[in-house]
Amino acid sequence: MAVLEVTGLTVELPPSADRPYAVEDITLHVNAGEILCIVGESGSGKSVTAFSVMGLADKRALTPVAGTITLEGEDLLTASDQRLRKLRGEKMAMIFQEPMTALNPVLRVGDQIGEMLEIHTDLSASARKAKVIEAMRDVSLPDPEKMYRSYPHQLSGGQRQRIMIAMALTLEPQLLIADEPTTALDVTTQAQILKLIKDIQRRKGMGVMFITHDFGVVAEIADRVAVMKHGRIVEQGTVAEVLGAPKDPYTQKLIAAVPSMTPPERPEAQGSVALQTQALVKTYGQQGLFGSGRVVRAAQEVDLTVRRGETLGIVGESGSGKSTVARCVMRLIDPTSGAILIDGENIASLREGQLRPHRRDIQIVFQDPYRSLNPRRTVGQSIIEGPVNFGLAVPEAKARAAELMKVVGLSSDALERFPHQFSGGQRQRICIARALAMEPAILIADEAVSALDVSVQAQVLDLLDDVRERFDLAMLFITHDLRVAAQICDRIMVMNKGEVVETGHTAQVYADPQHAYTRALLAAAPGTGPGT
Amino acid sequence: MTRYITMRVLSTIPVMVLVALFVFLMLRLAPGDPASVIAGDYATAEDVARIREQLGLSDPIVVQFLRWVGALIQGDLGTSIFSGKPVTELIGQRIEPTILLALTTIIFAVVVAVPLGTIAAFRAGSLLDRVVMLFSVSGFSVPVFVLGYILIYTFSMSLKILPVQGYKSPLVEGFGPFLYHITLPTVTLSVIFIALIARMTRASVIEVLEEDYIRTARAKGQSELTILMRHALRNAAVPVVTVIGIGIALLIGGVVVTESVFNIPGLGRLVLDAVLARDYPIIQGLILFFSFIYIFINLMIDLSYTLLDPRIRY
Repeated sequence: MAVLEVTGLTVELPPSADRPYAVEDITLHVNAGEILCIVGESGSGKSVTAFSVMGLADKRALTPVAGTITLEGEDLLTASDQRLRKLRGEKMAMIFQEPMTALNPVLRVGDQIGEMLEIHTDLSASARKAKVIEAMRDVSLPDPEKMYRSYPHQLSGGQRQRIMIAMALTLEPQLLIADEPTTALDVTTQAQILKLIKDIQRRKGMGVMFITHDFGVVAEIADRVAVMKHGRIVEQGTVAEVLGAPKDPYTQKLIAAVPSMTPPERPEAQGSVALQTQALVKTYGQQGLFGSGRVVRAAQEVDLTVRRGETLGIVGESGSGKSTVARCVMRLIDPTSGAILIDGENIASLREGQLRPHRRDIQIVFQDPYRSLNPRRTVGQSIIEGPVNFGLAVPEAKARAAELMKVVGLSSDALERFPHQFSGGQRQRICIARALAMEPAILIADEAVSALDVSVQAQVLDLLDDVRERFDLAMLFITHDLRVAAQICDRIMVMNKGEVVETGHTAQVYADPQHAYTRALLAAAPGTGPGT
Repeated sequence: MTRYITMRVLSTIPVMVLVALFVFLMLRLAPGDPASVIAGDYATAEDVARIREQLGLSDPIVVQFLRWVGALIQGDLGTSIFSGKPVTELIGQRIEPTILLALTTIIFAVVVAVPLGTIAAFRAGSLLDRVVMLFSVSGFSVPVFVLGYILIYTFSMSLKILPVQGYKSPLVEGFGPFLYHITLPTVTLSVIFIALIARMTRASVIEVLEEDYIRTARAKGQSELTILMRHALRNAAVPVVTVIGIGIALLIGGVVVTESVFNIPGLGRLVLDAVLARDYPIIQGLILFFSFIYIFINLMIDLSYTLLDPRIRY
């Protein structure tokens, strides 16, 4: 029986938008006891669909102009605001992508779950508290009596998402909408949360609409799949049909773009050693005067070597120290001890003045291309700034920038435009061109493809591999994504809690992981479980 | 926390020393001589020199400064050159109206401005919002003394519902007469703070209403009013409280003018008279006193952050 039915839903965008409709002619349903995954890239309209069902879409910007949404037979588009408020929480509930920001930072988590009961039931305060603790126990939160009084910032990402799930499920709604609920979490945490959602859904016979961009997650959790592109559903069917034999070319392209967990054959790099660290240590905080200080060992005794023409991947979850290592190597932060050798010279403790000539040798591409380009400068200005600082004449720097635009696959008139006129993938190409303009020996890619859609991700990965070969770069590739690492790294180094747990050739590490943590990490990667 | 408070209190000492030094030097650098003011228009040069000698004004500046600081440490702010009364006593006599006017002003301003700013934020872009913002801009633009006379003309002279001027102590004459007399000065002085606080509240609440946890609260089926009261206001509070703290500092300047307009015998009048007469000890004492109050209020504001936001810990 269908819990939710959406028929011919069309939602209009304001006239200033780049297309007339956010979503067009959406028809789908969610049955009791099943998980429907809506997959699509950014801008595909999957979140608009979910928010329209919840009645949370901004009515001034997004107006439904056609179609119906019915929840257990009740029309939601014509329901009053008051009725919708009652349905939200009681019959349909939602969990979100970023559990840190989705919880109110100044209220205790127990009270935030209890608010659900306060709104929709007449229970007394003590009865509410008992139910909240039961709900927290239901999502396997440790020591709920104590955690009841915690604030969100005191919990881990996984615990926060469990709080959100407990909140959404307190009143046992018939429909749960999950909007990318594991995207902001580490792989091992993601695996636990996916299992939790699936378990609870089976136990309570709920219908779940699960929104994701990740086919690995789809394979893990879905019963049925709907694929969206530019506001339309291009394909819908059971998970076996859509993943096993996709009919629509767009679905085929998306699935083909998912990087494989099997590393391809790569020739051994023979270049000279470009970058080496010896016993690199970074600790934060210091021992207090009376021994009360808190010390965080962000990176411990890290030894790494990268040759020219080689890509070394540093793989780990948040807090593993992978970005700390990258930032130390860049000398964006000062290492506590140890050596950083560039072409044999130790830069670990050089003062800023002595360090400056070495700055151009190491360049970095950051995760978020939206924030790493100055919005008020043209692309050209951003690219030539570095070379001009190092003494290149402006006309020559401009000529080099134009040449680099071709290398990264953009036309040279892009130089006169501003970053907001480009898509995420294009901006990341610009960031790569900016790094290459300095003619570095070492390129650091810090989660450089993590913010991009899969289809774009594959292209940017190809570009990175291409420039590494063309300019004989030593590349340090920082990522949390094991699929991406498998495709681009010659060797990988696995980090956990500031320590290097395993280093080796990529193919060897994936085929025969030596350390327990590496095995756990590989097992947790979505879409690798049994039956997929 | 205790450690933080101790450090903050200790760190006020160098600040107070700097303020003291600055005040002392600025006063001596300013033109004008208290001795010739006391001696009057027909005094000879000898008379003035004799008075200077008596007041200790002919000693080297360093000696004068050390003598003053020495007395300060013992809690002695000096004696007025003209009335001969201790400065602490003069401040004591005048402190009540000023503190009460400041309190009523800040309470009135917060009670009016926070709801006004919140409503404007909730209905951002609406006619109501524009009216509030228009009022806010005008509130900034009208000087206290102009507004004071407009209000006196309207409410006291035309409508005759409030007194033109004066002050009644709640301790002596009772609370009713106090309120009756303090209303106009309070309203006059608070307009600029209402403008300031309302603007800040509006900006802060608008920002908070965009946050994900507001969407979560809507997803729970919470009503818009409760979302505003429970989820938005407290998260928006830190910048608003900061502005209130700055407001209290600015208030001191406003009090001087307002007390003159409404003829209230407070510290503002004391400052004014002392400046006109070059009565150095009173000016020094008052500025130090105001600095101390300001530093104390800032400490209180910083500590209040920990109550408003559990993520802030010292």
